[in-house]
Order: sequence, then structure tokens, then C-alpha cells
Amino acid sequence: MTTAPAGASLDAPALRRRVADFVARNDPQTTDQRDFLAARFDAGLAWVHFPEGEGGLGAPRALQPVVDREFERLGFTPEGREGLVIGLGMAAPTLLAFGTPEQRARYLKPLYTGEEIWCQLFSEPGAGSDLAALGTRAVRDGDAWTVDGQKVWTSLAHRADFAILVARTDPDVPKHKGITYFVCDMAAEGVDVRALRQITGEAEFNEVYLNGVRVPDSQRLGGEGEGWRVAQTTLMNERVSIGGHPEPREGGLIGAVARIWRERPEARTPGLHDALLRLWVEAEAARLTKERLRQQLAVGQPGPEGSAAKFSFSRLNQEISGLELEMLGGEGLTYDDWTFRRPEGVEFAKRSAGFHYLRSKGNSIEGGTSEILRNIIAERVLGLPPEPRVDKDVAWKDLPK
Amino acid sequence: MSENRLDLLYSEVEEELRASVRSLLEDKSPPEAVLARVEGDEVLDTALWKELVGIGVAGLPVPEDLGGAGASLRESAVVAEELGRGVAPVPFMGSAVLATAALLEAGDRAEPDLGGLAGGDATAALVVPFASVPGSAFPETVREQGGVLQGAVRGVVDATTADTLVVPAVGEQGPGLYVVPAERARVERVVTLDLTRPLADVVLEGAEGRRVAAGSDAERALRRALVTGAALLSAEQLGVAQWALDATVDYTKTRTQFGRPIGSFQAIKHRLADLWVEISQARAVVRSAASAAAAVHEPGAGAAEAAEAEVHASLTQAFVSGVAVKAAEEALQLHGGIGFTWEHPLHLYLKRAKSDAIALGTADRHRLALSDLVDLPAPTG
Repeated sequence: MTTAPAGASLDAPALRRRVADFVARNDPQTTDQRDFLAARFDAGLAWVHFPEGEGGLGAPRALQPVVDREFERLGFTPEGREGLVIGLGMAAPTLLAFGTPEQRARYLKPLYTGEEIWCQLFSEPGAGSDLAALGTRAVRDGDAWTVDGQKVWTSLAHRADFAILVARTDPDVPKHKGITYFVCDMAAEGVDVRALRQITGEAEFNEVYLNGVRVPDSQRLGGEGEGWRVAQTTLMNERVSIGGHPEPREGGLIGAVARIWRERPEARTPGLHDALLRLWVEAEAARLTKERLRQQLAVGQPGPEGSAAKFSFSRLNQEISGLELEMLGGEGLTYDDWTFRRPEGVEFAKRSAGFHYLRSKGNSIEGGTSEILRNIIAERVLGLPPEPRVDKDVAWKDLPK
Repeated sequence: MSENRLDLLYSEVEEELRASVRSLLEDKSPPEAVLARVEGDEVLDTALWKELVGIGVAGLPVPEDLGGAGASLRESAVVAEELGRGVAPVPFMGSAVLATAALLEAGDRAEPDLGGLAGGDATAALVVPFASVPGSAFPETVREQGGVLQGAVRGVVDATTADTLVVPAVGEQGPGLYVVPAERARVERVVTLDLTRPLADVVLEGAEGRRVAAGSDAERALRRALVTGAALLSAEQLGVAQWALDATVDYTKTRTQFGRPIGSFQAIKHRLADLWVEISQARAVVRSAASAAAAVHEPGAGAAEAAEAEVHASLTQAFVSGVAVKAAEEALQLHGGIGFTWEHPLHLYLKRAKSDAIALGTADRHRLALSDLVDLPAPTG
């Protein structure tokens, strides 16, 4: 990574001045959002820790929140960015770490402005928690690769222009060593996106079938067989995002349940009261833990607690939404809408208690199951020894499937 | 809202204080040494207490002009954490937290007593049952008539070595807080579940006392002392839980069965991961409770800060009590047979954790308090 000498000397006041100068030259009220973001990218204020000319200034990463807060304070928070989570959160840091100058020049700017949407072709029906077992094949064919296989749980695939893709390029070596990482054009011939209906009735995710898809070798990220290491960079960025603002007490789902309790005296029973108070206490503990993590990040001392935040919230959401349904009694027997739809993101607050209950079941599976997260905490935070492995030194093609 | 301004981190000063308390305890009072003491005549280690006083722990929240350190309850909470981690048999909770908080709240007339406590020349005990629930009615077990006290109070913490007793009593003029030299009372040690923290029954038979607060001032002083005690007790519970986790992680890394360290089995790993998550949460809750308790004494603080401190004290007791007990219970189970022996200090932590869960209100009592404080009313009729 190149770090411009100018960037290293930047501090928070200097960045605030740059943002103020920038907004003075580009009035957010009269400039189209995409043009504004393009100018912001060119000014190095997209990701300050990226190199100059690639959306950044080579400044310390810890200063990015300063820039974001300053833009927010001056009245410009970009809107409608929900569809960009994969691009901004995963593709961009991976391109920064492993992309060639040509790849970074081609992809970073439209990714940042929202002109191009990204998705992630990682999980497969046979490779969930054990991602390295993936079986989608990429076979070399001149200056391109031919890709065949099936991916699953792909959010945004039906809207995406590009995908980050991991595929098996060498089945004769152990599974972690035969994977290569690519950028896949979602408009390429042979890419077949199908909605995957989930237990809530709608389809946030897709199955993606890849049938003889040609991917130019120039769209490879990192070396042949290096894909696992590249994917680690991507996955390190997949975690609960900690916002710049404290969350208020009763800010989450517990607030909705507390309101039901206050508004419906007829629903009150001793058992529900006890359950509500226990969950209120746990929700408050989880909120304060997140707040403590936010304070640690603000002073540049992130703690390992981040790996536990998602784990705690998934269990809490499941228990609170279960209580919400019971508290509603007869109304809890109803459901708002089973129509097969393609929602834009998760419209949690607008949906009924039944939806809360069902959707939160996915929380302990998506983005790392709770069981895998426990292993990660035990091995990486507590330093406990790993389980003996039977799959590390065996060629992928010889593993039981 | 004030709740959002609470500092949940440890300052450098607090980390330095933690380091000096920890190194003193590791040197002078390791768990094995505590275990050796518990069957002696007096479990409270006055020599260790003198050394702790030397690094300033006795008078942390007491203003400098009264002989204290002029620090805050946040620093006291860090000390409580370390003393919990060491199950240290010293009168910190009874004297430097509960009695000191009551006298600080009592006002001018208690000032002469505070200096002695802060300087470590004397210790005091707040004469209420250690199981008292903050916010409950002013106790009427001790009656006052003409400055003379009559009555018996069971299960008073750290009274066995106290020089001074701080006694809530009710007389013809209503509630009052009285200071009584300990030699005027009969202090009878009881056999306790927690081997490292003595309780005593205090019997007052015509003991003369000096009133330091009266009426609503006395009620407020006692209430705030118990709220402060509940907040700081949770810091001690956090320390107990952290020791239990650390000791168990160390043990499962080295204990080998079936040809592997037992810590490599998922059945054990997942339990320890769950415990680590809960202790991380407990730390955030304890820090917020300590900050909220400290905020009550900051310039300009008023009723809102006092109310918020009560919410946080009940929240932390409702959450951390369970975490500490679970940590000690899991530690015992995961240590297997050795954890069930008297020779291993683990039982000291289990006994402390379970006793702390009852002291100053059970989790259930605090959930009930929260039900009023945050408007989640109980069913009626």
C-alpha cells in the first residue's frame, strides 16, 4: 500500500478544513448526489486511508469517521446506499489490498458513487461455514477462465453489476490452497440469478448458477491459488458496523416490546413481566457493550468485543421477538404479508411481530453462525487450542462431500 | 440524555491504580494465602488493609480537605474489581464503600469521622443487613431514645474489626443516622457462606450515639449509600468472574484427557466463549454503573443524575450477579474433580459469587426495582 507523505501529516482539524473547503466548492444542496460523490472521490475524501488518486489521501484509517461526521454536520449524508454494502464494505478494501492499479482505476470510483452495484459469490450449497470446501470450478482457457458451479445466499445478485467470486482452480491440492479470487461481470453470458424464497415469504437473497461463464484473467484478484488469503481480507471487513452515534436506551427491538407492555395493561402476566425485565436488562447490557466498543474505536483502541456483538444481538433479537409475539396474544396468530416479493434491504421496523420472529432466525446463521463465532472467540480471543483437523493435508478432490 | 455521556473506558490513572492493587495482592495475598487464612481466628487481613491504605484505596471518593484522595467512585470501582479478583479479605466494601458513602451523604456533622476512615486509622461498618435492598423502607430495627440506641441488626458486613459503627435508627423525631464507637456494641461474628467476608450480628443495648443526619437527610444518605454499594459490588463481582474465566482458560489449556488439552473440545470451548461474551458485557455495564454513581457527585448534578444512578445500580446488579455466579459455577465444573476440593481456591470464588448475588439485593429484587424506575409496571389484580 502506498502512503503519500502528505497524508501521513494530516490530522483531524486539517481534514475538517478540507471537508469545509470541498463543501464550499460543491454545494450539496444543488449538486446531484452522484456528481457530488464523484468529486468527493477525486478530492480524496471517499476513504482517506486509500492512496491519492484512488479516493483517498494516504491518511490514517482512524480519521475516516472524522470526515464522515464532518460531511454529516455540514448537511451531506449520502442517501440510498443500502445496496452498496458489499461494494463499499467488502470489495473496496479487497481491491485496495490485492487489486492491480488498472483494477483499482476501473472499479473503485463507480463502486463509491453507487453507479455500479456489487454482490458476493462465496457461499455454496456444500460450503457454508466451511467456505474453503467450495466446489465452483474455474478452468484456465487461454487468457481467460471458464467458471461452472452454484452459489447461494447472494444478496443483491439481481441488481449487481459485478461480483467478487471465489472458485476452485486446483482440486489436486488441499482445499485452502487451490482457490482463486476473481471479479465476475454479472452481465456475462452463463450467469443465471434466481430468487431464493425464505421463511418470511419474501426473497432477500438469490441462488446464482454459473454455466460456462468466461472471466478474463485480467479480472483475477491476487495470485492463482491465493484466493483464500484474499478472501480473508474480504471477510475481516464483514462485521457489525459500529456507527458514530450512541444508540439510545430502548433503541432496538426491546423498545417496541416495552411500548406494547406500556400500552396494553390487559396483556400483562407475571411470567411475561419477568421475561420482559430479563430481556430489558440483557438488551441494555448489549447496548452498553456496543457503546463501550464505540468509545474504544473513537480513541483508536478497538477491542476483541466486536466479534461478539453480532453473536449477542442475534440471540437477543430471537428471544425478544418471540416474547413480542406472545405478548400480542391473539394478534400474534396473524401475519402481515406472505407475498413473494423482492424487498430493498430488511424493512424490519415496518413489519409485523411475526416477521420479526421469523427474520431474526437468520441472524444466528448469516455472516458466521453462532457456533463458528464461538470457535473464533475461543481460539483467537481466549487462545484455546484448535480441534484436530482431518481436512488440512488432503487434496480437495479426495475430501468426503 | 445524561446516560449517553457516561465514559465506559478505563483512564490511565485507573489502570495505574489497578496495576498497583493487583501487584500488591499477588505479592501479599495470593488465593492460596487467602485459603490458609479462612479458618483462623480473624479472616480480615489488617496488615494487608494497611498496605492498601498506603496506596490510597481507603479514601478515594473522600474530598482532599477531609483527608481523602479526592478521586471518584470510578476509581473505587477499579479497586473493587481487583479486590474481587483476589477475593481479598479486607474491609473495603463495608468501610471504604458503604460506611464512607453514608457519612459522605450525611453532611458536615460526619466530617470528623471521614478523616479517620480515609487515612486508614480506623474502619467503620454501616449497621444494616448486607442483604438490604437499596430503595427499601428505612429500617426500624434499631430504636433511639434520648441519644441512646436499642436493637439488634443481623448480618452486618465488615463489623468484626470496625472501630466505628454507622447506625440507622428511628426515634421520636423520625429516622436518624448515628455514629457509635464499636466498643459500645456487642458484635457477634456469624458463620458465613462466604469464607472471605465476615458478617456479624450487631447488638446495641443502650449504646450512646452521635446523630449525624436526621429525617429525610438520613433517609437519603442511607438510600444513596446502598445504591452506591450495589454499583460497586457489581465491580467486585466482575473481578470474581474475570478470575474464574482466566483460571479456567489456563486450566483447560494444560489439562489433558483423551490425548488432547480439554480446551480443544468444542463442548468446553463454546461454554468459555459464552462466558467471555457475558463478562465483556458485564464490564460495560459495571463501568456505566460506576460512572453513573460518580456523576451524582459532579458539580451541577441533581435529581436526574441521582435517578440515573439508581437505574444503573439496579441494572448492573440484575445483570452482573448472574454472570459472576455462572462464571464461578462453570469454573468449578470445567475444573472437574480438583475444583471440588478444599485445597483448590476455586471454592472461595464460588462462595463469594453466590453471596454477592444475594448481598444488596438479589437480581430479582433489582429487576423489580427497574420495573418501577423505567416504567415497565407489574401486572395488577
